[in-house]
Amino acid sequence: MKILIAKPGLDGHDRGAKVVAQALRDAGHEVVYTGLKRTPEEIVAEAIQEDVGVVGLSILSGAHLLLTRRVIEGLRAAGAGDVGVIVGGTIPPRDVESLRALGAAAIFPMSTPLTDIVAAFTTRRLGEPQDVAGLGPRRPRRAI
Amino acid sequence: MKDLRLNAGIPVKPSYGPEDLAGHDVDAEVGRPGEYPFTRGIHRAMYRERLWTMRQYVGFGTPAQTNARFKHLMAHGQDALNVAFDLPTQLGLDSDDPRAEGEVGRVGMAVDTLADMEAAFAGIPLDRVSVSLTINGMAAPITAMYYAVAERQGVAADKVVTTPQNDILKEFIARGTWVYPVEPSLRLVADLIEFSARRYPRSNPVSVCGYHIREAGCTTAQEMAYGLAIAAAYVELMLARGMAVDDFAPRLSFNFTCWGKIFEEVAKFRAGRRLYARMMRERFGATNPRSCMFRSLIGGGGSAFTAQEPENNIVRGAYIALTAALSGAQTMALPTYDEAYTIPSAKAQLIALRTMQICAEESGAADTADPLGGAYYVEALTNAMEERIVEELAAVERMGGIVEAVKSGAIQAEVARQAYLHEQRLAAGEIRKVAVNCHVGDAGAEADRDVELYAFDPTVAEAQVKQLARVRAERDGDAATAALRRLADEARGTANLMPAITECVKAYATLGEINRALKDVFGEHREPVGF
Repeated sequence: MKILIAKPGLDGHDRGAKVVAQALRDAGHEVVYTGLKRTPEEIVAEAIQEDVGVVGLSILSGAHLLLTRRVIEGLRAAGAGDVGVIVGGTIPPRDVESLRALGAAAIFPMSTPLTDIVAAFTTRRLGEPQDVAGLGPRRPRRAI
Repeated sequence: MKDLRLNAGIPVKPSYGPEDLAGHDVDAEVGRPGEYPFTRGIHRAMYRERLWTMRQYVGFGTPAQTNARFKHLMAHGQDALNVAFDLPTQLGLDSDDPRAEGEVGRVGMAVDTLADMEAAFAGIPLDRVSVSLTINGMAAPITAMYYAVAERQGVAADKVVTTPQNDILKEFIARGTWVYPVEPSLRLVADLIEFSARRYPRSNPVSVCGYHIREAGCTTAQEMAYGLAIAAAYVELMLARGMAVDDFAPRLSFNFTCWGKIFEEVAKFRAGRRLYARMMRERFGATNPRSCMFRSLIGGGGSAFTAQEPENNIVRGAYIALTAALSGAQTMALPTYDEAYTIPSAKAQLIALRTMQICAEESGAADTADPLGGAYYVEALTNAMEERIVEELAAVERMGGIVEAVKSGAIQAEVARQAYLHEQRLAAGEIRKVAVNCHVGDAGAEADRDVELYAFDPTVAEAQVKQLARVRAERDGDAATAALRRLADEARGTANLMPAITECVKAYATLGEINRALKDVFGEHREPVGF
């Protein structure tokens, strides 16, 4: 699968994004990384241009609800609503359900094991939100 | 017996003895506390004369909200401030900029104009409190605002003690608040160092950071090596301007993390101090002993803390405080136990402060300088760490030096590679983390849910945008425009930009306007994207 790992907003912390990108690459996926501080519009355009199946958003600034909504709405408006959107980063428990309601296919809060993230991408069903509710980490996620 | 290696790759033996120091002239290499090469610390009596400064990183919402939290912590014994700015401020965007939406006041306090800095420090005497400003890409205008606030409080320039972080090279490597390309960014760093060295003799106009690079994934030895390489790059910048090394080097300062293995961290700082002292004297010709002193904030890294069973982080914080004390910290700051979730709650912030106070008052770690000095293991490890740091410095040279390595992205790629290796070691259980990959218990489920978290106040942005509109309406618009025009003109030349930036700030030009004036001349950095 081709995956876009993206850093929306102003947050400059890219350790998680780069670690996940390397793990997905090693798992055999084709991974494109946007670099820091991209606007939701830029991410939507790059996702379409690169023809990716999934966009992984890495957000550690706390602005995840707004930025995720913008990316999902942007993809839908551009006729790319079938592109799955996954969100990882500093996501407090109280926001996980809100992100799901916005249409995020999977959410990976702090301390999600890397193997769980790779496994979720590898199911290849992330474009179908109704199928992915059970695609979270193997371990029951606490605090959700 | 299982092979055991430290984060820097150094193997650890089950025990150490005099044979591990054979061939070393311990007296010369280690020396005494307060004496060159400062392996054992930069002061003779260390904490018996002056305890480390306690400087928690604080800032959120509006300047008025942050001002109240500053006063709360100072009332509980915190003796210095370390200001957190929100991301729009760190990147030079006004609070009403479309790109600032959702980020205003979120991870730090919002600053648009001098009026905000006046509100942030209202009632805080800047001749008696030292203030760190965690600001880099926007260090020049924010520090100009700080100097202006001090001036308006009637504080003499030689009484102002402030430490703008002002370390842009590590931003390109790890923290991301760069705006302009590397060269003009370095010019601004040097402008602030030069301006401060000449007019604000007690200001520490740069805090060279290994901290954030380590947080981004590099090893302990790389953290120290990259920090030393960055410090050398700034020294060279100032020498190229014609300044004498002893005219600015005594005010250079550092910011490093310490988490993980206690003795490895202590050895990192002992080796780092020795290498820095030798570099300043032998390579740069410093003669003032103060130019050779590695003065550092040592704080814990949030990377040490876990989302699982977060109360355990309070215990980790106590070990970090002990490590920082044993490492000879001048200033200490701790992450808070809720670090993995959000910015700190008031309760978490107070517990972190109390942790440092307990370490200072109760543990005995502050009783004597470098209490671990002379231990076979610690001295052998200090030597081994020094070798590793020297190897990493050579690796930076092979990348073309730190500035070229930043431009090409080679160093960013190495840090990302190390971050991935760390994650793999964690997954494999080679690095042990309680309640994460060992001793995982069901009790954690309840503990997680009980954490009281900081709740972001969504009305902050609206209040901040209103305040910005009021300042714009009330200021002398012509004066602001003229000051901004002068700044753009001078940016095209080679003059030190601090006087022009100061004029803009005092005319209540906004941070966004100042940034735009500079960006129009300098352009924007293009990140060498890779992983």
